[in-house]
Amino acid sequence: MNTIPALARVVLKELYRRKDFYVLFILTALVTLLMALANLLNDNKIAGYVKEVCLLLIWISTLAMAVGTTARQIPAECENRTIFPLLAKPVTRAHVVVGKFLGCWLACGIALACFYLFLGVISSSYEHELRALNYLEAFWMHWMFLAVAIAMVLFGSVIFAASSSNATICLVIIIGVFLVGGHLDQVAIGRPEPYRTGISLIYYVLPHLDWFDLRNLLVVQTGLVDMADCALASLYAAAYAAFFLFAAWLAFRRKALNT
Amino acid sequence: MEPIVEIKDLRVEYRNRALGQATKVAVDGLSLSVHKGEVFGFLGPNGAGKTTTMNVLLGFVNATSGNASLFGVNVREPIARQRIGYLPEMTYYYKFLTAEELLRFYAKVFGIPRSEADKRIDRLLKLVELEAVRKRTIKSYSKGMQQRVGLAQALINDPDLLILDEPTSGLDPIGRMKVREIIQRLKNEGKTVFFSSHELGEVETVCDRVAILHQGKLMVEGRVNELMQKYQCNLEQIFLQIIGYQQPARP
Repeated sequence: MNTIPALARVVLKELYRRKDFYVLFILTALVTLLMALANLLNDNKIAGYVKEVCLLLIWISTLAMAVGTTARQIPAECENRTIFPLLAKPVTRAHVVVGKFLGCWLACGIALACFYLFLGVISSSYEHELRALNYLEAFWMHWMFLAVAIAMVLFGSVIFAASSSNATICLVIIIGVFLVGGHLDQVAIGRPEPYRTGISLIYYVLPHLDWFDLRNLLVVQTGLVDMADCALASLYAAAYAAFFLFAAWLAFRRKALNT
Repeated sequence: MEPIVEIKDLRVEYRNRALGQATKVAVDGLSLSVHKGEVFGFLGPNGAGKTTTMNVLLGFVNATSGNASLFGVNVREPIARQRIGYLPEMTYYYKFLTAEELLRFYAKVFGIPRSEADKRIDRLLKLVELEAVRKRTIKSYSKGMQQRVGLAQALINDPDLLILDEPTSGLDPIGRMKVREIIQRLKNEGKTVFFSSHELGEVETVCDRVAILHQGKLMVEGRVNELMQKYQCNLEQIFLQIIGYQQPARP
């Protein structure tokens, strides 16, 4: 049981020593600066618009970070051959997959928490109310979205030969599913059979990543999402993440390590 | 007494994916056993199948047929590796970690409690003479220092069996001497060492028994002194004879 947290800790150490995080913190500073500027203008319309842009920036940067860092984890272990002393210990390939997932997910969670904290503090300073629960809910759902994305990229990293091609393919798939996946049922209605069934089937099989996007609720200042809905969405994300991790383990188990 | 390492009729084939290419047999019908407290030298020219055999023992490669076990446990079970230490030929470690962090990571993998891990890390860093640089990242180390970190990580779980793949490769004479000293010390502590090397003089000095592989097959196995008595020459000459090397005639 010590192996998985130990592996996750190594991933975290690698990330903060590789200075990937600092790029994101600079972006965070940019977000804060934009918000402060909107605050100076004292225009609610502009402030709302800037908030929307900031949230979009948070989504883009965390997705880029999640995909970029996860895509290189297992290929780097194989290329640098650090996988050999590791697997020579009582460590299974399942431990490696889960440890890498946990490390990347925690790292993204820390970055995400910083972003939302900055955004929440600055927003509440000119909105004159602290909507901590709304931000917490948005953060949680966003983190769940990242769990699915990270698990998918980890699966891709044992399938595709190069980490750059994996990152590109996964990014296209995730953005495609996020933007189009939720509308496929509408597309299916206007199509003849068997396309209708086919498209409907894809609609139900694809993970509905758009469900995890609570940006609008933060911008238009509506109430909270029901906790039960949040819990169900979290279970849904956990199921997809588990599926991709299982697939990653199966593929990694069969993968020959070039010694 | 049950052997520590047991290999029975091991065969490893590498299938070539290219059409019309024959399957390469890396190890062919290898059987050998290593007993507790022995220092066993695993010899052979490049491509003889030494590393493949070690990879089977470490669970990196699956055997096509035959069996291999460590402490009586099939090598395919991760628990078989609980009591072993492995030093690869090259230094394959997380270079962004310090020596201390690397050892702590592996201690955690083995489930060693923190207080015990602290003691072992101090002792091992002293043993491999890296105490002064324990807080420096491994990427700043010389090759010899990296190899010594490797030796320390191989010993972190106080293993009963050490598998060393060319442990002195690329080291300077002092580094080699230190590695030899450590192997000798481990032998005195009753540890079992299974190692491959091209340094036959070194093998002759530290090994109790040796096995010589050629083209995947076991050519000879026995105690070093008995083999030298039988062939009436040193280990290097025995090795050359067995692999069929013909010395060029002098003009």
